[in-house]
Amino acid sequence: MHITKDLVAASATPLVLGILAEGESYGYAILKQVNELSGGHLEWTDGLLYPLLHRLERLGHVESTWHTPVEGRRRKYYRITEQGLNELAEQRRQWAAVVDTLRGVWNAGASLRPIPAPAWGVAG
Amino acid sequence: MTVDSGNELEQQIAEWRAYMRRRRELHTTDAEELEDHLRDRIAELTSAGLHADEAFLIAVKRMGSLDELSREFAREHSERLWKQLVLTGDDAGKPSSGNRRELFIMIAFAAVAALGIKAPALFGVSMEGGGTFYARNLGLFALAPLAAYFAWRRRLAPAVIGVLAALFAVGAAAVNAFPMAEDSQTIVLSAIHLPIALWLVVGVAYTGGDWRNDRRRMDFIRFTGEWFIYFVLIALGGGVLTAFTVGTFSAIGLDAETFVGTWLVPCGAMAAVVVAAWLVEAKQSVIENMAPVLTRVFTPLFTVTLVVLLGAIVWSSNGIDVERDVLIIFDLLLVVVLGLLLYAISARDPAAPAGIFDKVQLALVVTALVIDVLVLAAITGRITEFGFTANKTAALGENLVLLANLSWSAWLFFGFVRGRLPFGRLERWQTRYLVVYAAWAWIVVLAFPPLFAFA
Repeated sequence: MHITKDLVAASATPLVLGILAEGESYGYAILKQVNELSGGHLEWTDGLLYPLLHRLERLGHVESTWHTPVEGRRRKYYRITEQGLNELAEQRRQWAAVVDTLRGVWNAGASLRPIPAPAWGVAG
Repeated sequence: MTVDSGNELEQQIAEWRAYMRRRRELHTTDAEELEDHLRDRIAELTSAGLHADEAFLIAVKRMGSLDELSREFAREHSERLWKQLVLTGDDAGKPSSGNRRELFIMIAFAAVAALGIKAPALFGVSMEGGGTFYARNLGLFALAPLAAYFAWRRRLAPAVIGVLAALFAVGAAAVNAFPMAEDSQTIVLSAIHLPIALWLVVGVAYTGGDWRNDRRRMDFIRFTGEWFIYFVLIALGGGVLTAFTVGTFSAIGLDAETFVGTWLVPCGAMAAVVVAAWLVEAKQSVIENMAPVLTRVFTPLFTVTLVVLLGAIVWSSNGIDVERDVLIIFDLLLVVVLGLLLYAISARDPAAPAGIFDKVQLALVVTALVIDVLVLAAITGRITEFGFTANKTAALGENLVLLANLSWSAWLFFGFVRGRLPFGRLERWQTRYLVVYAAWAWIVVLAFPPLFAFA
């Protein structure tokens, strides 16, 4: 199954914030987690995660720090902020509304009839 | 993995890194972050049984095309290289013939602008004949060609072009159709505010119709600063040219002053509006981000001056002498302070922590606010005593518009310096506020003349 670009783009922010809400992480690990959670259906271009992370940082939703392990290369870690948690909660509400609506449409099936346009709707 | 393939891999990664370095949109830390990612990916692939060179190829491929990547980075970090931002279709790797064509089209727009100001002469409206026709319509003559140029450059949708044309038409109608007396206050106010209103309309064209976008708006703010600097530079050059023209012609006994006054200066100035805009876009690397440099120089100087002024007001306990023009002077002061703030913001890396410069900036804004409140307190009495005229209302309104902006800026800045608010909030506040300037300028142009009975 291939998920379209628009859907991938729309879900990117809540996904990243959701993953960071579980704890501090870095780019590659976030990407792996997205991949695992989606069962490999959500395909991101690796590099494009970083501009997104930088945008979230600029907006104040996440903070970053460089960690240098005793041996090995330094790595940039991201951590969600208070504001980011609020944003995540807001996004969750919005997504829940979208999912509920879709579910309503799927379940209604045949019982859903097109609504005829009222006359004033056309004239106004 | 053998030592050999390990070396080879390091070499490949080094080449990749060097390739990334050539992209100015990517800072060293970004490249480092991406390289870390690349190495993780390669490690995963090799542990799954791939050879190092295969793993490298796949990892690079998964990273995405460098063009796309650097465009996304440029979009996000527009303060680094904002010229690449206005990417509407035309991307890197454009052949030089395209640039030449662009140059010719720019010259065509500049020529139209230069001739446009002479067009009314065909209908008997001469420049020497006095009257306020040219003063009233200057904004239209100067900015309509510029808006058209950007409409062409950004390949605006017909609907957007229609809206822009309509706004210009509304402006033209307001300054020409209202029966304002030649020496009325409202006519002067219209002549001043119409260019401001139209400049923001040009901004819509500049952003390619994407004017709701905060980043694009910031680009327009940057553009405004750079454009102003280029225009002043061209004007200086034009001044030298004018002086030589008049001087050399008078040396051979010919009077060139009429030609200079009615042709060279007006046509040159109109053309310069378009040329300066083109220069900002095309020659960015020559003088990159001059406005922020000037900001760095003048912010401390202005801060010291204002603190001393405030000290002098308090120490001498002189009330501020509320002359007619005082409010205007303090309006201009607020404009300067706001400009310093804007251009400091426009060039700042939003992720950098607050530094000493930010504190100086905050001090500047707060001092300006305190002084302005003193002036306002002094002037309110005058206005309630003598009533509202168009000039006073405009000056007071402007003061309030700027005061509101700077007060909230100071609050956000304070939060940022204390590390409680991200810098992006301040940036967004400024870009959102552009709408207020536009609204105010249009109110003065459209509503003031009838409100004050065209006086």
